[in-house]
Order: sequence, then C-alpha cells, then structure tokens
Amino acid sequence: MNGPHDLGGQMGFGPVAPEVDEPWFHADWERRALGITLACGAFGAWTIDESRHARENIPPAVYLSASYYEIWIRALEVLLQRHGFVAADEIALGQSRAAGAAPKRVLTAEMVPAVLARGGPCDRPVAEAPRFAAGARVRTRNFHPTTHTRLPRYARGKTGLVEAVQGSFVFPDDNAHGQGENPQWVYTVVFDGPEIWGEGSDPTLTVSIDAWESYLEPV
Amino acid sequence: MEGELSVSGEHHDHDHDNHYSDMQARVRALETVLAEKGLIDPAALDVIVETYETKVGPRNGAHVVARAWSDPVFADWLLRDATAAIASLGYTGRQGEHMRAVFNTKDTHNLVVCTLCSCYPWSVLGLPPVWYKAPAYRSRAVIDPRGVLAEFGVTLPEGVNIRVWDSTAELRYLVVPQRPAGTEGWSETDLASLVTRDSMIGTGLLHRPEVST
Repeated sequence: MNGPHDLGGQMGFGPVAPEVDEPWFHADWERRALGITLACGAFGAWTIDESRHARENIPPAVYLSASYYEIWIRALEVLLQRHGFVAADEIALGQSRAAGAAPKRVLTAEMVPAVLARGGPCDRPVAEAPRFAAGARVRTRNFHPTTHTRLPRYARGKTGLVEAVQGSFVFPDDNAHGQGENPQWVYTVVFDGPEIWGEGSDPTLTVSIDAWESYLEPV
Repeated sequence: MEGELSVSGEHHDHDHDNHYSDMQARVRALETVLAEKGLIDPAALDVIVETYETKVGPRNGAHVVARAWSDPVFADWLLRDATAAIASLGYTGRQGEHMRAVFNTKDTHNLVVCTLCSCYPWSVLGLPPVWYKAPAYRSRAVIDPRGVLAEFGVTLPEGVNIRVWDSTAELRYLVVPQRPAGTEGWSETDLASLVTRDSMIGTGLLHRPEVST
C-alpha cells in the first residue's frame, strides 16, 4: 500500500538529528513496549509481515508524528483485537473482562534466551531455478496494491541490474494477508541514481533494493 | 508532535512530557490486561529488556569488523557467507537471521537504510537509534545521502561513489568500514575499540587514531 511508511524520497522532515550517547530507551514505557511486542509476537498468531502491514495502516498524520515504539504499540493493539486476544474495551480500561483467544504459546522468562537466539528465519526452498542471474537487466513493476508490498514507490517502474541472487524467502505480499508463505527468489537489484531521481541526481549514487522475483520483469 | 490529540481523543498541552505520560499510561494498561489474561509473563519482558540493554549491542559488530581486518580468511568468509561467519563469533538470532556484510573501499562508501520500516541488524548492532527509525533519515538517505552524511559531520573524499542499501527484504546489512591507517600490528581488541556503531551503518567514518606519546 502507498502508506505513510513508504518514505524514500519524501521531503520536508528536516535534518537528521543524531543524539550523542543516545540511551537504549528514552522512557520506561519504551522498555515495556519492546518487551510486550516481542512477547506477543511469540504467540505465533501473526507473522512479521502482518505486523508490518498493521503499522503501515496507522493513519498518516498519526504515523508521522509517532515515535517508533508508539507505532509498534498502536499496531499491536490492532493485532491483539483482530486475533481475539483482547477486546477494545479491555484495552481502554486496562482490565480483563472476558476470556479471549488462547495463544499457541506464552513466552516465559526461561524461554526468552532461546527464542531470541533462534529469531525467525524466513528462507524457504523453492522448486524452480531463479529466473534471473547476476548481471541481468530488469525492470521493476509499476503497481500500486492497496495491500502489503515491500517494493518501495521510488523503485517502481525502474530499470536496474541484478547484482546477486540472495536466496529464496517467504513472500510478504501474500504472507501479510494469510495467503501462505509462497516463497520466491530474492535479488539485490541496483539502480543508478539518475534512473530513480532523474534531473539533478547525484551522479555518484547507486541505490539497491532486495526484490522478490515477481516484482521484476526482464528488459 | 504539536497539536495532536491525546490517545483518549482529548486535547492536552503540547509538550513532550505529556505525550510521554500518555504512552506510559497506554502501555501500562496494555501490559496489565495482557498479564491478567495470562498472555504475557512480566518476568519475560524483563529478560528481553535486559538482553538488549546489556548483552546485544554494537560491540558485537565491532568484534566482527576487527576480526575481518585481522584475518583475511575470516574477511573472505564474511564476504561470501556473513550469516555463518558472524555466527562463528556467537552472534545470531532475531533480526540477524540473514546477514550480509558490505565492505567500504577507497572507491565506494556504503550506507544502510530501511525506507519502509526500521530493519536493522540487531544481532550485531543492538536496537536501532531513534534517528535510524525516524522519517528524516528514512526519506533522505536514498535521495540525498551526502546531505545526510553532512549532518553526521561526514564528508566523503573526492571521487568516492556512494552506494545505498535499502533493506527491503529480510537481509540485514553490516558495513565493514575501511581499516584506519596507522593501526598496523594492533590487537583485535584494540582494533574493535576504534569501530563505532555509525561506521557500521555507514553514517560514520573511522579516522587515524591519535599517535600516543
């Protein structure tokens, strides 16, 4: 979807503000937000792709004025309701009122080190050989799905070079919507700055994305 | 940040402390409900937070870089199979499942961004800084990377090309900065102490260390 999250090339946000000796967290609620988000992710009820799509669906004015942990919490509230774990009135009240869905697992303190160390690998085998090889010229599709995609707007309908075949991975555009993992080959595709940004582009700039095979057409 | 509604839909004073206390209340309410329902174990949250406050951080990445500078066989492995090479030093797991290392050279400077969200190699750098996740960096890194670098006080030497890696899939990128001149014969530990977090994102350069007297 063309949501507020798809920021590449947008303007008007001002200078980057690096912080000297930045702390890991700026308030205690950020610590809890990280912990709650990861602990609820461990239910196994939704995928990282569904989670990202929930964040992208936050209204633009809210998304752009929120810190990232706030974005996480707003999306998590949506996911918890969508999957029946918590009701809206319970979130508003901060009180449990009725039993909800039961998760496949509840993360306990003892489980945390192993769960974090394992992470969530998303490489999956694909039967077919890759359609493109390193060195191939490709054009990215020009599409505007209202659903989840990982092809940024600035890189749609652009011609670039396949630099590497990176392996085969879960396809987020389907997986975000419960349509299965449907893995595809992923390629690093590199574009010249002027191909993307046109007149006045930095001539010494190249930009790469990691693109699923169905994002690409041969040139 | 200015002029927004609070989470309850009521206007409130436009200062960050109030916004923070809104979020403090909102997150506390959520944690309370989830704990009452037996869906989260608050002790598990403590372990998660402790892990990312004390165990996982850019010292991990600095170790990887220092090893690559010291050991050409390791550097070659890192180039070919970063996930395995990094795992051999004990750094694995969440947001580091599929690693790629990109090496700065005298001709090319690498810069990493995630324009679509906040993808970042947690296993080697820890949690991302606020600026990495904020719109200013995510919007401009791909169109005006030299302008962004200037805001970090970084100017690339004449003739250096810039390559921006937008982390749009599940690959996580670690920049291997160039080894500063004047560090010949240094131990891996001393080398690692030179490597900054920003140099491994591409927003920092490493300089020749001060000559000790």
